[in-house]
Formats: sequence, structure tokens, C-alpha cells
Amino acid sequence: MSPNIVFVVTIGVLFTVGVYLVLERSLTRILLGIVLLSNGTNLLILVAGGAAGAPPLIGVASDRPMSDPLPQALILTAIVITLGLTAFLLAMAYRSWQLHRHDEVQDDVEDRRIVRLAARDERAFEDDDTESDGETLDEEAATARDEMDEGGAFDEAPSERPPPRTDHTHREEGR
Amino acid sequence: MTDDWSWLVPLPVVLPLSAAGLALALYRRPRLQRIVTLVTLTLVAIVSAALLVIADAGPVVVEVGDWAAPVGISLVADRLSALMLTVSSVVILCVLIYSLAQGREDGERFAPISIFHPTYLVLSAGVANAFLSGDLFNIYVGFEILLAASYVLITLSGTMERIRAGTIYVVVAILSSVLFLVAIAAIYAAVGTVNLAQLAIRLPEIDPGVRLVLQSMLLLAFGIKAAVFPLSSWLPDSYPTAPAPVTAVFAGLLTKVGVYAIIRTQTLLFPGGALDDILLWVALATMLVGILGAVAQDDVKRLLSFTLVSHIGYMMFGIALGSVHGWTAAIYYVAHHITVQTALFLVVGLVERFGGTTSLDRLGGLAKMTPVLAVLFFVPAMNLGGIPPFSGFLGKVGLLEAGVEVGTPVAYALVAGSVVTSLLTLYALIKAWNKAFWQSPPEELPANRVPVMMVAPTAALVVFSLALTVFAGPLYAYTGRAAQTLQSRWPYIEAVLPDGQRGEGESQRAADDATEDATEDAPQDAEVGG
Repeated sequence: MSPNIVFVVTIGVLFTVGVYLVLERSLTRILLGIVLLSNGTNLLILVAGGAAGAPPLIGVASDRPMSDPLPQALILTAIVITLGLTAFLLAMAYRSWQLHRHDEVQDDVEDRRIVRLAARDERAFEDDDTESDGETLDEEAATARDEMDEGGAFDEAPSERPPPRTDHTHREEGR
Repeated sequence: MTDDWSWLVPLPVVLPLSAAGLALALYRRPRLQRIVTLVTLTLVAIVSAALLVIADAGPVVVEVGDWAAPVGISLVADRLSALMLTVSSVVILCVLIYSLAQGREDGERFAPISIFHPTYLVLSAGVANAFLSGDLFNIYVGFEILLAASYVLITLSGTMERIRAGTIYVVVAILSSVLFLVAIAAIYAAVGTVNLAQLAIRLPEIDPGVRLVLQSMLLLAFGIKAAVFPLSSWLPDSYPTAPAPVTAVFAGLLTKVGVYAIIRTQTLLFPGGALDDILLWVALATMLVGILGAVAQDDVKRLLSFTLVSHIGYMMFGIALGSVHGWTAAIYYVAHHITVQTALFLVVGLVERFGGTTSLDRLGGLAKMTPVLAVLFFVPAMNLGGIPPFSGFLGKVGLLEAGVEVGTPVAYALVAGSVVTSLLTLYALIKAWNKAFWQSPPEELPANRVPVMMVAPTAALVVFSLALTVFAGPLYAYTGRAAQTLQSRWPYIEAVLPDGQRGEGESQRAADDATEDATEDAPQDAEVGG
């Protein structure tokens, strides 16, 4: 059995255009791409079912071989699912437009921030245990927090603590 | 045996779906909605536990609508599915109670109740359907059910940040579904069936090259859902923005459904492990890249999302070893990881509530202010890091032993890699533990009240994860038996298709006609792809 060439070419075109559109940033175009990809897939399932034949109903006498009904059932299911998801994506694109006046897929801000920190070789957060601020052990002991004393040591001796270093622990604005 | 109890099998799918309709109809009566959801999910948990016991005697099969197997859809509860189902239904129930308490506390600010409950039930039905389905296309439908529900949950209340995260999540998930569907079409073209048992009989007979293509396509589709390394970057971007209970249930379950699908197809449809070597490398990359990402993070939720990706690598490691011991450990690890990861996300939700933030930069001193939260965080964190005697340690030891037993250079590389990953997990979690719980906060934390009913289900999950440790012996034996069933393959196939041709559905006349046809058609179908 060789599949219908028209189908195969159509599927190819649908997938090519679909992939191109999905690579865009605008959600509406991505949505169109997904619709095309889904339709290409539906056609693919149809091709997978073999050549068309007589209606697949037992009792309707026919000499011709029947069509395979299963792929058609699969396609129907897939179409319904795609319909629902398309509606959802449209709603999301609209909501995005409401919020930003555009529907472009945004970057992850937090991710970018971490990447920038890493590029400057800074820590994501300050950690007392790993800051070495040149104190001797005696000095540290003098300023150490005493768990038994409701943090009293901290309050009493703030001036003994060296000023917080600002060079490499500099934080970004807005955090 | 199977005749007596098979009516239980569809319940984990049917009950939540019907209840979702009911909950939607009761949208004006939030109280009733809550009761419906709670009762349904409790019932599902009980039914799943019953299936766990029953399936130990052999796979329980139901043919939906009594249509015989390759024509109709069969639902199969074997040891693997029953175990996954039980663990996930316990997790779903705990998270529900947590979200009920959060909903009562926050009202509509948390989530519109009338939407949350039906969606949550649909999610539960989808997960159960994916686990129980004995039909490749029905697995796809199960995936779509749970994904559609997850799209709604991840974009709840449509804030700017959630729409941003949701866009990435939804588009990636839809693309993986399209890939899955293409794989199904190709498989149908090659062997003319989508029934898993029949596929298991027919796929080994086709051309190895074609089979390899089909296998890679399925792996690609499931790999996106399971967040395996090169396909994982969507996860840490999208999970942390959702409400805490939603993130928790996603982290626990959704990726594991992908892992389950990989286990099922790798063992049942494509025995022989043609891609195992590649999968091992992928597992190594997943572990290391994931955990290195976690080390760099400032936000605890993002940190946990990265450890989630990293630990998917352990499961892939076990699967790709292709030995009974590897699968035993992998299945145990999945059960352990669902529980622990969900518990951790729930605790972080509590921390966020208490301290008003999840940024390590601003957290501090929690151990003194809320010792309960500290304990609840510490236990699953150590468990995830693999400190003995917790279940994470047992799972990892199982994987290491299985890796050494296989003994190829790649397997040894994986053994080394998983030890390193385990240490780095410990490092990342201890760093968070140290900063958030012991050091003094830069600014005073708001110290909001945390409702008891939110702490209780979290504690219950932590206790459940400890139970996985205490009862590790019987559980590990159970996963061992599950892995043996997977390896021999025939218990599954024979349960669905007793004579190798048709199931036991009662579509009598058609069945009789078809047995005559089928004996003539079967070889012809198999040739199509060859």
C-alpha cells in the first residue's frame, strides 16, 4: 500500500509552515502554527489508516473493502482536543494583550537575573557562613549570636561588627 | 479473581470525572463542592489501595463497554500502574486538604473555588487514566485530560507572571502532545493497532530501523513531559509561579506520568533496549545539569524545580539500565520522589505564607520562629538528598547496585554521576536550610499565622514518606515483582489478549466474525510497515 501523494505533500507543507510559525514570539502566530501542525497530524493519522473504501458498517453489503474506522475515531478525538486547546490559547493571548498590549512570549525575569549574577560571578544570596570578612575567631565570638539569649548579643554589640561589605555583595536594585 | 474485582479498575477515572461535572453544576454552593471533591478523592485513594493489593495477584483488565480488546479500549491495572495510582492518589488527597485550608484562609485570592475544584478533579481523572490505560491512544487522551486541567490550574486568576509562565508551559505541552500524536499515527501505519498488548506482540516483528524511529519519537514526546535534560528547560520557568498546592501536585505527578509512560513503552513495546546507551547519557546530563541549576538559585521554589529535573535523571538511569534490578529501583524511586517532592513544595508554600517570600535573600531565622516548619522541611530535604536511612537513600542504593551489576563503563559513569548529584542535592538543600532557617533575616519577617489544616496534610505527606522508608522491605519486594512482570511482558499481554488475538469483551457476534477475519488479516496488517 502506498499512500496518496497529495496527502503526503499536504502534510509536509502543513508541518513546514506550522514549525515556522511556532518559532515566532507572538502567541497568535504560535497558535496558528499549532493549528496547522495539528491538522497535519490529523491527515497523517488518516493516511495511516490506509486507502478509503466502503463505509465501515457491518450489514451494509458491499464488494469493496471497508475503510478503517479506527483512525477516523482517533482523528475526531484529536480534533475535539485541538479545538479546546485552541480556545484556551486564544484566551491566553487575549489576556496577555489585556495586560501588556501585546501577546509576545516573555522572558523569565528571575532566570535572567540569575544568569547575570553568574556572569558577574556573584552569589544569588548572602550567606553569613560563607562571607569571610577578615575577622579573627575572637572577634567573631564577640559578635556571635547567642541562641540562649534571645538575640541579645546582636543588639548590644552592633558597633563592634565591621560595616557590611558592599563591593562584591552589592545587590541589584529592586530586589 | 479478575472477574470479582475488575469493576474497581475504571473507578479512579470515572469517579473524579463524574464528580467534576457535579462540582461544576454546584458552582453556587462552595461548601457542597468541597464535600464532593473531598469524598471523591478519598474514595479514589481507597480504590487505588485496593487495586494495589488485587493487582499483586496478576493484572486486572477491564474492557470498556465490553468491547473486546484490540477493537475496544482496555484499562489495565498491573503492579506498576496500581502502585503509581496509589501513591499519586494519596498525594492528590493531601494536596486537596492543603488547598481547602488555603482556600478557606484566602478565599478568592487563592483561587476561584468554583473553578479550582472541578479542574482539580479532572486532573486527578487524567492522571488515573494515563496510568490505567492499556491503549496508546487512550494514554494520549489521559495526557490531554490532565494537561488541559493543568493549563487552567497554572494560569489561575491570570496574573501577569502566571500568564507568562503559562504561555511557555502550554505551548511546550501542546507541542509534545502533537509529537506524541504523530508517533501514534506512525505506529498505527506500521502495525495497524494502538492496543498496548497487541503492539507488544507486533512491534518486535517489524523492521528494526522503523522500530527505532517509532521508539525515538515516543521517547521524545514523553521526554518533554518528563522533563529529561535537553527537553527540560520549560519546567523551572513555569512551575514556580503557580499557587503552592498547584506547584506541589504538578511537581509530584505530572512529570512522573511521563516517566511512567517511558517505563511502560520501553519495557512492553520496545524490549531489548536499543536506545539504552543514549538514555544513560541523557540521564547523566539530566542529573548534573539539573542540580547545577539548583545550586545557583536564590528562590527556594526554583531551587526545588531544578532538583526535580535533576532527580528525573535517577529514574531515567534505572529505566535505561534495562535490568530487573534497575527497574525495581526506578519504580521505587518514582514512588519515593512523588511523595518527597510534593511534601517539599507544600512546606515551601507554608514558608511563603509565614515569611511572605521564598527568596533565600530575604528569609532567615525560621527554625526559631516556627520549629514545626523547620522539622517539616528538614525531613524531606534530607530524604531527597539521600541521607540514610530515608527512602531516598534506599532508592539511590538500589540504583547504584543495579548500575554496578550491569557494569559497563557508561553504567559506572552513571554510578559516579548519581553520587555526585546526590551530594550536590544535599549541598543545595543544606544551603537553603542554613540560610532560611538558621541565619538572621535581613529584615523582620511578617510571621503570618499558618493554619493548622495546611500544616496537617503536609505533615501527613512527610509521615507517608517516612512510611515508604519503614515499609521499604515489602514495598521494594513489590516493585521487584512489578519489574519482573515488566521484564517477562507476557503476564500483561495474556491478561489483555488471552488467546493472543482478542480480549474477553462480550461483543459476541462481531467477535466471532472477527476471529475468522483476524486470523487472515493479522499477518497482512503486520506487513504494512515492514
